[in-house]
Amino acid sequence: MKHCEYQQIDPRALSTPAPTPTLPPQHAVVEEEKKGETARRKWEVFPGKNRFYCDGRIIVAQQSGVLPLTLGLILVTTVLFFVFDCPFLLKHLTVFIPAIGGVLFVFVVISLLQTSFTDPGILPRATPDEAADIEKQIDNSGSSTYRPPPRTKEVMINQQVVKLKYCFTCKMFRPPRTSHCSLCDNCVERFDHHCPWVGNCVGKRNYRFFYTFIVSLSFLTVFIFGCVATHLALRAQGGRGLMFALQESPASAVELVICFFSVWSILGLSGFHTYLVASNLTTNEDIKGSWSGKSGAEDTGNPYSYNNIITNCCSVLCGPMPPSLIDRRGFMPVEESSQTVATEIELATKNEINVCQLVLCVSVFVCMAHHHPPLGGQLSGLCSVLCWLMSKCTQGTKDLLESASRSPCPQTGKPQTVSTSCPDSIDPADQAVTFNPAVTSDPDPVAVPSLKCGGRHHSHTTSPPDEPRQQHHHHNRHHKTRSARSSSKRAALHISNPAYNFSLSPPTSPGLGPSHGIGAEDHVRDSFAALH
Amino acid sequence: MAETHSLQDMRQQAAIAAKVFIQRDYTNGTVCQFQTKFPSELETRIDKQQFEETVRTLNNLYAEAEKLGGSSYLEGCLACLTAYTIFLCMETHYEKVLKKIAKFIQEQNDKIYAPRGLLLTDPIERGLRVVEVTIFEDRSLGR
Repeated sequence: MKHCEYQQIDPRALSTPAPTPTLPPQHAVVEEEKKGETARRKWEVFPGKNRFYCDGRIIVAQQSGVLPLTLGLILVTTVLFFVFDCPFLLKHLTVFIPAIGGVLFVFVVISLLQTSFTDPGILPRATPDEAADIEKQIDNSGSSTYRPPPRTKEVMINQQVVKLKYCFTCKMFRPPRTSHCSLCDNCVERFDHHCPWVGNCVGKRNYRFFYTFIVSLSFLTVFIFGCVATHLALRAQGGRGLMFALQESPASAVELVICFFSVWSILGLSGFHTYLVASNLTTNEDIKGSWSGKSGAEDTGNPYSYNNIITNCCSVLCGPMPPSLIDRRGFMPVEESSQTVATEIELATKNEINVCQLVLCVSVFVCMAHHHPPLGGQLSGLCSVLCWLMSKCTQGTKDLLESASRSPCPQTGKPQTVSTSCPDSIDPADQAVTFNPAVTSDPDPVAVPSLKCGGRHHSHTTSPPDEPRQQHHHHNRHHKTRSARSSSKRAALHISNPAYNFSLSPPTSPGLGPSHGIGAEDHVRDSFAALH
Repeated sequence: MAETHSLQDMRQQAAIAAKVFIQRDYTNGTVCQFQTKFPSELETRIDKQQFEETVRTLNNLYAEAEKLGGSSYLEGCLACLTAYTIFLCMETHYEKVLKKIAKFIQEQNDKIYAPRGLLLTDPIERGLRVVEVTIFEDRSLGR
């Protein structure tokens, strides 16, 4: 079984890394295929669950989460402020009020858009060569039974032992502080959390944008709240009363309500992240308690901290901006066809699951009908239900479909050996990779049109899991019906269980009041689901 | 590209014998550093000192890219004041150093590695995870 896998991932069959005009003969077929069409950009074959706009310049998560709501709330509140409060305050106070409001608003919107549309630090998946090399290194004992790669590797970082986990999806040992986001299906460097409010992961590259966003939003909220309160107070002067003021300016009441409920959670979140920045921690590490010694191990400090608040802040917020590693707008080199084919096959397999489901249904039906002719009709209905259920299942089922579909419709002789002799493979994505040489000579034409749907890249049409999507829908309903309290939930999503945080974080985190405790429970699970 | 003329010729004749991956070295944290340990597969092809020198220079270049100093703080603060819109127009310090690194690797390939039937791949093409060294079959030695 191990041998079959190594045969499949044969480095010799794979191409050279740098582009050249001439190629070895076995790639001639694929080369012609590639020359026939316009060169594709890398974002078009990106394996993660992201969507791309403006020809790869903008990247967002698959689900936009509540980003429209966030933008809407900010826009509505600020527009109401400018229309209803600013004229009065301009006349009675100073021109600086709308000026400051304007500047803050611009800062908030720009940093929000940057947080949402920037690559958070996605690590590209390992090439098949690398994956094979890692497996060879681990399993060099030469045993005949297939052992999965061990899941952890220990390294010493600043005299402290840190465990690196192996990511089965990305086929590599994750660098320290990297985590795999299940919603985006990517490993993200310095993973903080997946924020539904901005509709993207927050990681190494966009943490500073996120921090700027929440800090400027706190200022904006406090500013608007203060200005609106001043406005109403001025109107209510002279014994005319608050009700009179509210009647004259009803929009102010709306702003007051929104700001009042937002300010606590936003201020709390800003405070929490300021603490994280000062101690060079991520939300993920703080929640898991990686460095707080909760597991009882002594001498577990944060190995990444510079033990100086200023240095920590500077390194996180003002450090050099790392480049995007996924090179979205780069063109696919023709010679990386096997890699493309690998990803295309993964995509094609996902897109063809409907076809495979049908084939599976038919084959199951035929088998059953052969054994129980009277039950054939009832079983066809059962088959269609079964297919629908299978479409909602995880990778394991996809593996089953692939192997079942390959046997009735083989493209070359090789897949037969794969499907029958590697039953213990942990990750069916391995199977997709192992199909490389088998399909290099016969690339799937279905993959080509499926990738050209508008400007978007749908890589996971039917495959797993719909559970986060359903969770998000549940989220959205929650938030839309309880928009007034939505901001408190916002804090809960990020902070999860404050009671947990109380036990871990030092007393420098304000705003985590007991008001957030209740009602946060149902979101703890969701936020934990987002935090891989 | 001019620098791959010799490599192209070689590649037309040579097939890939093996690929060696130099992994990241995390002993100093998350900064981009590669292990300087000399892989055994390259023993017959290149001098150990030469190879370690290449990797060490690469490490120094990456350290320069990620250095926290006056200029990087200035760039960061300026970017913050302009709501990071400056990143849309200006090339960051890191990107400038990456260009330097690309040139360095190209140079090393031309001068040292190509004549020995080896090829270094720029780590940025592998997501800064590994330095990939491709070993070509050495026809001259009758292998």
